[in-house]
Amino acid sequence: MTLERRLAPLRAARLSALAAGMALFVGASQASAETVVKWLHLETVPAHLKMWEDIAAKYESEHSGVDIQLQFLENEAFKAKLPTLLQSDDAPHFFYSWGGGVLKQQAETGALMDLTEAMQADGRAWEKSYNPAAVKGLTFDGRISAVPFKMGTISFFYNKELFQKAGVKAEDIKTWADFLKAVETLKGAGITPIAGGGGDKWPLHFYLSYLVMRNGGQSVFENAKNNEGEGFLDPAIIKAGEQLAELGKLEPFQGGYLGATWPQTLGLFGDGKAAMILSFEHTEATQRANSGDGKGLALENIGRFPFPAVEGGAGAISDTLGGLNGWAVTKNAPPEALDFLRYLTNAENERLMASIGMIVPVALGAEDGIANPLLRAAADQLAASTWHQNYFDQDLGPSVGRVVNDVSVEIVSGQMSAEEGARMIQDARELE
Amino acid sequence: MTDMTATMAAVPATARRKQVRYKSPTVRGRLPVLILFLPPALLLFTLFVILPMGEAAWYSLYRWNGYGLPEHFVGFRNFEVLFNNAAFSQALINNGLIILVSVLLQVPLALWLAMMLAHRIAGVVAFRLIFFLPYVLADVAAGLIWRFVYDGDYGLVAALAGFFGAATPYVLADRGLAIYAVLAVIIWKYFGFHMMLFIAGLQAVDRSVLEAAEIDGATGWQKFRYVTLPLLGSTVRLSVFFAVIGSLQLFDLVMPLTGGGPSNSTQTMVTFLYTYGVTRMQVGLGSAVGVVLFVICVTLAFGYKRIFMRHD
Repeated sequence: MTLERRLAPLRAARLSALAAGMALFVGASQASAETVVKWLHLETVPAHLKMWEDIAAKYESEHSGVDIQLQFLENEAFKAKLPTLLQSDDAPHFFYSWGGGVLKQQAETGALMDLTEAMQADGRAWEKSYNPAAVKGLTFDGRISAVPFKMGTISFFYNKELFQKAGVKAEDIKTWADFLKAVETLKGAGITPIAGGGGDKWPLHFYLSYLVMRNGGQSVFENAKNNEGEGFLDPAIIKAGEQLAELGKLEPFQGGYLGATWPQTLGLFGDGKAAMILSFEHTEATQRANSGDGKGLALENIGRFPFPAVEGGAGAISDTLGGLNGWAVTKNAPPEALDFLRYLTNAENERLMASIGMIVPVALGAEDGIANPLLRAAADQLAASTWHQNYFDQDLGPSVGRVVNDVSVEIVSGQMSAEEGARMIQDARELE
Repeated sequence: MTDMTATMAAVPATARRKQVRYKSPTVRGRLPVLILFLPPALLLFTLFVILPMGEAAWYSLYRWNGYGLPEHFVGFRNFEVLFNNAAFSQALINNGLIILVSVLLQVPLALWLAMMLAHRIAGVVAFRLIFFLPYVLADVAAGLIWRFVYDGDYGLVAALAGFFGAATPYVLADRGLAIYAVLAVIIWKYFGFHMMLFIAGLQAVDRSVLEAAEIDGATGWQKFRYVTLPLLGSTVRLSVFFAVIGSLQLFDLVMPLTGGGPSNSTQTMVTFLYTYGVTRMQVGLGSAVGVVLFVICVTLAFGYKRIFMRHD
């Protein structure tokens, strides 16, 4: 203690010297004392970015002295760089999070700010502004680890024109068998049935995830996640892998899908070169942004149906896989960052974002903003969800999650049997 | 470092004798220079080379996700996992393949081109520039360009295949083909560098020796085999050395091309390190790869220098 106190002035002097030196470099450009709020995101749709920039500009005009800086990292780069970034002095003040095991791990390491107190101040005023399920999903051991932002669900989107051309009716696809039949019919008509992003791997893990959910239901997955019972070697999970292999045998994806990135995959669907895509709730917007002509498929031409049920499976068709996204705040963030996040996710702004088809809001009272019928359908499906499961690769944490992604690609491309895949995931889980 | 001792050993004997005679004043004269110039280099070397290596060796004994301090000691477990991993074996095989192709195809190609471009003929500078251009290009940019070239829907390869009426190959998405596609890009990217080394070497070859050979009636091949090549020996050995070390560290070209896929078929040791160590937050395992890579590099580098570059 005494030593520390004695050192304190020394440190202060050194710091001020450093600051003076820095000031020399930075110079007059930052003459006024502004609080910079660094916001790290991975949004690529221009209209969505514009919306954020507008919201930030409005906030800045109402709060002088706050400068909100949007920083972008591409999806894969974002995931890879974050661990290092979080421990550096250059950490963003808040960043996009998919929740789940990854967020939990980040929270456990002390890199993040515990938001419980801030959210529960004034009789939980802030916390109560959100859908309780969203807050719950971002809470670990009673501590709120991120500010809820949006919810979403993965489902099939299809090109109505191509379906009609091949004579496939989306209403008829109720079970996995129906789905396989539709794939065969489309293929018979000379149409690429599904756009798949095997290069990025995770786009294909949605198939395995949903099949596991449909076959095994919540208890099987929870057991596997917690390494209880048979874990990932549960017969239901192996059966899911076998069904995925069955799909792969039909060669349902575009040529070269094993090298395709997710933006390429969305572009393929947007260009009308594949009939279906298993994708996020805001696919209408992203397929447009990634299409060759920047227009993509017209809204009227896109249909949507939930991932089919599996006959005899324990899961219900109303179980949903999807995101619960939030903004994780790093521990050195200034109070302005929290204040801005509260502003960004208030009902008014969430309604605005919902109105352009960007999000399914989590702020209470913002749902009526959804204008896009596809987004509306996603919101309705979520509202009626019997079990909402976070993305497997996020929920299981970085190391096991990535193995699930690997295994999904290997199984669907016929390189690995369902048993081998399950064994590999289980091995990774046991190593945790 | 070995270079320095080698050059110092090569100082003519007379100079050495002088050094011995005036030993103490020289040392006294050198001391300020040493004190002035050694610390910065030594500090930087220690800080950015020795220290990280030591750290990697330490981390490789832990199971650690990169947050906080490594606490979960696992001994040599990470190495065990590593050598049982099929993707890592594939990476080792690929690295070997890259070395082979670099040494057996790339270096001879560069030498052949250099032989043609070392003479002073019209337009030679333009050709040198063109061949050297890929090397100047950033690795990631080159990777992205070739990703487009290989693209099965819009790429050059697809257009060529379409022209000949063949089925469009998706080269980078094919487990069997992807590595060869990557190898082709590697040769394209780096042969210019080796060519430049050879041109510099060839320009140092004494013309009169070649003329003498000509007068003796040597054919073109004989001149190359018995005069040029022996005189170029040190350059060839250096070129091979660079090719081997460069091959072992290959990373930024592969990432934009395939990212190590499909099914890990184009993984190299460093892309493996990145994929399994960094993106999965298994710093311990990643460090173990780093240690293995370091040992291989050091063994090869010193072994090669000892055996082949002894006299250079």
